[in-house]
Amino acid sequence: MKTVFEGKALVVGNNVDTDLIYPGRFLELTDPKEIGSHCLAGISEDISPNFPAGGIVVAGTNFGCGSSREHAPIALINMGAAAVLADSFARIFFRNGINLGLPLVVCKGISRHVQNGQTLRLDLNAGTVTIAETGEILHAEALGGKAMEILEAGGIKPLMRKRFGK
Amino acid sequence: MHAIEKILARNAGLPSVKTGEIVTAKVDFAEINDLYLQTVYSFYEMGGEKVWDNTRAAFVFDHYAPCPTIKTASNHNEMREFARKNDLKYHFDVNCGVCHQVMAEAGVVYPGMILVATDSHTTTHGAFGALGTGCGATDMACILMTGELWFRVPEIIEIRLEGKPQKGVYPKDVILNVLGKIRADGAVYKAIDFTGSYIDALDIPGRMTICNMAVEMGAKTAYMQPNQAVLDYVSPRAVRPYEVVTTDPDFVYAESHLFNVSEMEPVVSCPNDVDNVHPISEIAAQDIPLNQAYIGSCTNGRTEDLGQAAAILKGKHIPPYARLLVVPASRDVLRESMEKGYIQTLIDAGATLITPGCAACLGTHEGLLAPGEKCITCTNRNFRGRMGSNQAELFLASPATVAASILNGRITDPRPYLD
Repeated sequence: MKTVFEGKALVVGNNVDTDLIYPGRFLELTDPKEIGSHCLAGISEDISPNFPAGGIVVAGTNFGCGSSREHAPIALINMGAAAVLADSFARIFFRNGINLGLPLVVCKGISRHVQNGQTLRLDLNAGTVTIAETGEILHAEALGGKAMEILEAGGIKPLMRKRFGK
Repeated sequence: MHAIEKILARNAGLPSVKTGEIVTAKVDFAEINDLYLQTVYSFYEMGGEKVWDNTRAAFVFDHYAPCPTIKTASNHNEMREFARKNDLKYHFDVNCGVCHQVMAEAGVVYPGMILVATDSHTTTHGAFGALGTGCGATDMACILMTGELWFRVPEIIEIRLEGKPQKGVYPKDVILNVLGKIRADGAVYKAIDFTGSYIDALDIPGRMTICNMAVEMGAKTAYMQPNQAVLDYVSPRAVRPYEVVTTDPDFVYAESHLFNVSEMEPVVSCPNDVDNVHPISEIAAQDIPLNQAYIGSCTNGRTEDLGQAAAILKGKHIPPYARLLVVPASRDVLRESMEKGYIQTLIDAGATLITPGCAACLGTHEGLLAPGEKCITCTNRNFRGRMGSNQAELFLASPATVAASILNGRITDPRPYLD
């Protein structure tokens, strides 16, 4: 499993709900690439087309609150996000993202330290986020046992396939 | 232990559980709504062949009922095919209503059970003393394959509601008052137990409204100890035997918050956050003009809610150019509201009647808003863009406040309209 990620930051605010991440008008879509093209369209339609591959989304508190729609993490992954760092995550979104193998890491205060477009280096094993431009190092919380187990397997799907001998 | 912990322990086959522990628990009923075709895809991607128990899983087609586009119609057909192939005992097609109302009416919800659905508002079923929680498509696919799901045993916080509400204060006002204090992230990963004399005396619709919005504080689940109203509702409907679980007297909550319902005012949750709650007196004074009003949803689309609106609108008419959308939460609600004359009253007052379902609540179809428009609604979310344009604004309130407001064309205190 990849444990070090380096990418440009896209900074969003507190309580970014799943309607902002993936507005209701696109919920009928089922093609992951198409879903990804509308990621964060509730904030701006321009975000996804201009998102740098391997970029890291940085958020405040309660990221992913609201609807249980799995389109939200599917959109983030297919927009090209490598990880999301936030002050805190909403529960269902957190499960959905980890299930799909998207690293979701709690890093208290990150939204106040990182500027849009800065380069971040996330080291999951070391539990650190380094801001390249300033050299500042922030502490990332370790993922809980079950979440880490799922993430290390590359998501819940490989785990389940293994369990069922597929 | 708390009742929630006892339910988790029993379904996990453990003598007890403790906060923070990860347990794998059996799911008593699993529901998939029609936004979640991905559940079927994830099921097959993970090697799923057959649903674990065809009597414990069902689709409810409510978010696109009936379908607004060819794509949603195709999605429905893929789900119907899956339901047919697995010979699912229960199936709720586009003629039924919103999943949380439909499941309660069908008797698949009862005290002491674990209900998991692909819908964040599954906290609603705490109203019946059930552990209801929402999940995404792939978690649901895991349940369909195995009949179980992993859970972290949550911290449990008590929200104690004492006293009797004043005239014009409805369960929606009570939960919005609570939300304004606890805030949108005040209960993330936690369970909320609503207690107190107000809850003990509360009817089914009120209990459902309050538990429904627990998720707007981030809660994993909500709970209310079943009262006589719950037993009277569930007993003739329940499709399985059930057992009411009770919390041990020595249980200690992670937090306790006391609210005096007698001191509460009617309130409005203002754009664009559910916890942006203000007294109606303050908001009505701002003279906010409205384009649309919405009465319906899993939060406030029941017969009693339509009745409160009808009482205010009886013999009156909404202003020209204003719109009032009425969306009964289910076919049974529609039928009952017709029998009671509420539908006739609302239509005579200028309402547009919409098929039972979620309709415009989540911005998919049937009543979306244009840029610059304002809507007062008894749904559960006023997020930016939730009901259409990003430049539209949503105000959340009780059915009475919604009715009085659209009657007056601007946000209005309902109290002078109540006899």
